[in-house]
Amino acid sequence: MPTLFPFSAIVGQDEMKLALLIAATDPSIGGVLVFGDRGTGKSTAVRALAGLLPPMRVVKGCRYNTDPDSKNADTISKTGAPVEVEEVPVPVVDLPLGATEDRVVGALDLERALSHGEKAFEPGLLARAHRGFLYIDEVNLLEDHLVDLLLDVAASGENVVEREGLSVRHAARFVLVGSGNPEEGELRPQLLDRFGLSVEVKTPTDIETRIEVVRRRDNFERDPNAFVGRYKQADARIRSELEAARKRLDTIVVSDHALERGARLCMALGTDGLRGELTLLRAARALAAFDGDREVTDAHLMRIAPLALRHRLRRNPLDDSGSTVRVERAVREMFAPQDERKAV
Amino acid sequence: MHHDPANPTAWGLAMQAAVLFAIDPTRLGGVAIRARPGPVRDRWMSFFVSLLDETMPVRRVPLHVTDERLLGGLDLAATLKAGKPIAERGLLAEAHGGVMILAGAERLEPGTIARITSAVDQGHVAFARDSSGAGVPTTFGIIALDEGIADDERVSAPLLDRLAFLLDLDVVTHREAIILEHVADDIRQARAHDQNVDVPDEIIVALCQTALAMGIESLRAPLLAVRVARAAAAFEGRTVVNEDDATAAAQLVLAPRATRIPADAPPEQETPDQPEPPSPDRDADQPSDEDKQNDDPVLADMILEAVKAAIPAGLLAALKMGQERRARQRSSGRAGVKQKSLRKGRPAGTRRGDLKSGARLNVVETLRAAAAWQPLRRREADYRAAANPDYTMSTKPRRVEVRKDDFRIARFKQNSESTTIFVVDASGSAALNRLAEAKGAVELLLADCYVRRDSVALIAFRGKIAELLLPPTRSLARAKRSLAGLPGGGGTPLALGIDAAAMLADAVRRKGQTPSVIVLTDGRANISRDGKPGRPQAEADGLNAARALALAGVRSLVIDTSPHPAQQSERLAKAMDAVYLPLPYANAATLSNAVKASTRARTV
Repeated sequence: MPTLFPFSAIVGQDEMKLALLIAATDPSIGGVLVFGDRGTGKSTAVRALAGLLPPMRVVKGCRYNTDPDSKNADTISKTGAPVEVEEVPVPVVDLPLGATEDRVVGALDLERALSHGEKAFEPGLLARAHRGFLYIDEVNLLEDHLVDLLLDVAASGENVVEREGLSVRHAARFVLVGSGNPEEGELRPQLLDRFGLSVEVKTPTDIETRIEVVRRRDNFERDPNAFVGRYKQADARIRSELEAARKRLDTIVVSDHALERGARLCMALGTDGLRGELTLLRAARALAAFDGDREVTDAHLMRIAPLALRHRLRRNPLDDSGSTVRVERAVREMFAPQDERKAV
Repeated sequence: MHHDPANPTAWGLAMQAAVLFAIDPTRLGGVAIRARPGPVRDRWMSFFVSLLDETMPVRRVPLHVTDERLLGGLDLAATLKAGKPIAERGLLAEAHGGVMILAGAERLEPGTIARITSAVDQGHVAFARDSSGAGVPTTFGIIALDEGIADDERVSAPLLDRLAFLLDLDVVTHREAIILEHVADDIRQARAHDQNVDVPDEIIVALCQTALAMGIESLRAPLLAVRVARAAAAFEGRTVVNEDDATAAAQLVLAPRATRIPADAPPEQETPDQPEPPSPDRDADQPSDEDKQNDDPVLADMILEAVKAAIPAGLLAALKMGQERRARQRSSGRAGVKQKSLRKGRPAGTRRGDLKSGARLNVVETLRAAAAWQPLRRREADYRAAANPDYTMSTKPRRVEVRKDDFRIARFKQNSESTTIFVVDASGSAALNRLAEAKGAVELLLADCYVRRDSVALIAFRGKIAELLLPPTRSLARAKRSLAGLPGGGGTPLALGIDAAAMLADAVRRKGQTPSVIVLTDGRANISRDGKPGRPQAEADGLNAARALALAGVRSLVIDTSPHPAQQSERLAKAMDAVYLPLPYANAATLSNAVKASTRARTV
């Protein structure tokens, strides 16, 4: 694999970076949707984040990325010897447009069928993405039947294949990262809602930032190793923050007050279903863990609300202000009077 | 270099691009050549290939390439013959270190392009079928041959974004196309020290400023320009990039991507106009370049002037017509949204399925799917035969056993039709203001739609109603008749007209066609939605209707027909997210030309 661009060297795009870190802290949030202009470093950021994550322990040679510590893992191999464990980098799997269903879910292993006449299952992209990231560029252009399939697996955390002579079921939990350009097509609402967080990225328009991006990229390309070396410390800091946040996650207190706040906010915005509320609180909890706080506070909710809710709003044809503005307005209206009350 | 930078010609730029691209094909992304097949393109291609080293592979990707061939994987024919899996390297891996030619690039599948761009971005390619996830490294340059003629046939934007050079050779005549000579040695030397060339910071700054001033959003463009400047310096035997190199790079990389023509003001003065710049996340050790920037308006200006001179003529005209509007990279209004169908259109791959719904079976793919199972099924049949002697009596052994699970259904893709909806203001004020010219222009546009086999529809609003005079049709005669009979006079129920257009657009879309709306009005609404007179309410209603149309995502164009273009129509166009064309003193012919040019501008 070629050298990866360091995560900490990405200029600007703070919201996208935050969303990715939050989603990586708590994979149950349900991934990130990055919508916006071309050439804004969407895919670079995802790959950089995975490169920054600590390697994960897997059963050696396992094609399903099985965690040796999970209760489902075999402790002895077929030969009777205890399973060996190895460390591998966290996978980032691309799901290319036009990928066949077979390739995504897995299919008959052609090699073994042809050479040995054996029926064996060859895992697909979903198996490879287990415990890592599944990255879909141009997710809005993805075929409908693949979208349905992904929704199923993302919801159940499990990939089930029932084909002639093949009956396979394996865990497939991954952070779904989708990106796309909204001008090329809308995402179907069902898939939109399934993403935990959403981010709108724009090409920076101020000259300083743009120059800095080009300058860093050029430096990186000329001498990748030296460049990576310069950001090693910053990357290591983010990694340790992330690891600490993951450990702390279960200890974060979510008070009734915070629960009520989240529910009220979702009601005020009229988001459909409970998924919005749930994601909002999970994301706020992950943010608190990341910030090193012990409890979810209003500040966390306010900061994360646009990311967690903006893609769940119903579109009002006569209100042309963007969803971000609407969420921010609702947040302001809800939190401002409360603070005054507190002051009294 | 070999041509006059103050007065660049298309062919001169093309030659320059060939030389620079040949120096560093794997880093410069590639070249998109828009030209019909012919001697000019052939000459460029053979010239370029002659500049490459023998060690650099050149691979041609056929239009409907399979995943197996592109990414590498199982060689089916060889596998079946040998009875054991035979792997083959894909084209992406084979092109490593060299150049990949995409023929008919404008018609390539988005999926194929996604695979190619993904390999470009990651510098490696994973096999089509390989669970290990390991791939092979590959870096290559791309030559995208764009043979499109109509405006809607273009190479997809994600691919173009990654290519340094965009050439248009259709404007070059056979006689102009003179090949450069004696450059091969220089190129070889340049290749050797290309990566040691330094790019001073002020060059990077100037290229970024120029890109922004030209309205180029993607950051890949200035980055590619920096790399091209480096190659240009290497070609001239310099170790540091100078102004000439930067100018050449900007002319080649930035000019064809311009989305606006900068005013004559220096670019520095434009930056404060940008909406809320996000605060740059800068390192403390990075030198502040603000001082440098102020020192160097001359460099950026100089480059900008050179770039302006190099903007392709067609693009320049379109930009002038589109004025300030930033060309969005939407797909054009003409090519209908691509629809997947099971029955007609161009082949677009296969999928697992059964034959119930009248779908067409793809025999080869079905056999391919069945092939892998043959040894298993044969053995299964043997077992059954052994267990039950009657079995063989009733069933003759079959050569190839195909089961329902193997069926692969062919899928086809068709361009859905476009339907242009004309919304004509036939009120009293408009009738005074050259309703006749508007009619003439619509007629000319109708003829144009007819040539393209688009459907047209006509809605007129006057008095207190908006009526659909002509439901979507392709009949030119019918359209002309209903237009000729259109009377003028009465109030201006603008909102009703736009509402009617929105409803029709929705219906059109439900039929699987792509609507676009052209509104001809003077914008002076005076009848509100509920049919009551009153200017303020009528205008507010009009704007609301326009916003709803914009939210529905319908492409639109507002033509202001009044003799004194006023703000109302412009506001209307803004609310509708439409192109605004004030045409106060135009006759029918110029009107229709302007409409055509502006619809073209949006596709750039």
